[in-house]
Amino acid sequence: MIDIFGITALLVILIAFGALVRLVIGPTVPDRVVAVDTINTLTVAVMILLGVVYQQYIFIDVAIVYALLSFISTLYVAKYIGGEL
Amino acid sequence: MIADTLILIFLAIGLVFNALGVIGLLRFPDVYTRLHASTKATTFGSIFLFLGVVVFAISQYLGTSDSQYLMVITHTIIAMFALAITNAAGSHAIARAAHRNGQKPQQAVVDKLAEAGL
Repeated sequence: MIDIFGITALLVILIAFGALVRLVIGPTVPDRVVAVDTINTLTVAVMILLGVVYQQYIFIDVAIVYALLSFISTLYVAKYIGGEL
Repeated sequence: MIADTLILIFLAIGLVFNALGVIGLLRFPDVYTRLHASTKATTFGSIFLFLGVVVFAISQYLGTSDSQYLMVITHTIIAMFALAITNAAGSHAIARAAHRNGQKPQQAVVDKLAEAGL
């Protein structure tokens, strides 16, 4: 049963590389911000899945903190490119 | 037995919707449609991945009655709510910033936000 979570985590990492392509080739700045936001969401999911795979359930707390901090950084970058800072 | 089937179904739904979100991010023409595809699809997919973890922890708790699995259940649900709330607000902030930055939607017929002078 644990193996299925490991395979899922690996596939989510492969999916995140697709968002990395948009981060590299994105023609404008907001496109790159959207790609970073997508990668953050997938990273939170990978952290929780790997916490189950390695049986270290304290990793789930790290995922909560990462979700809130990535929200703060997204808001900061959005305020900056919107010219409100 | 039924828990294993449920975990497989939830993880498959999560993977499919995460993949659809990233495919939309790669194939849509402008920033607003990319935001639409990636935010909604990856939030839905990640919630289903978390539901798979919750079902796994519930089945383990019913099998072993080890109290650390209660911590897994509550903290995964907290992470699910944090992700669902912050993703929606963050995508709103990005779309507003992109409009203020001067991005126009491709093939837009009417732009009521620019007409109102916002």
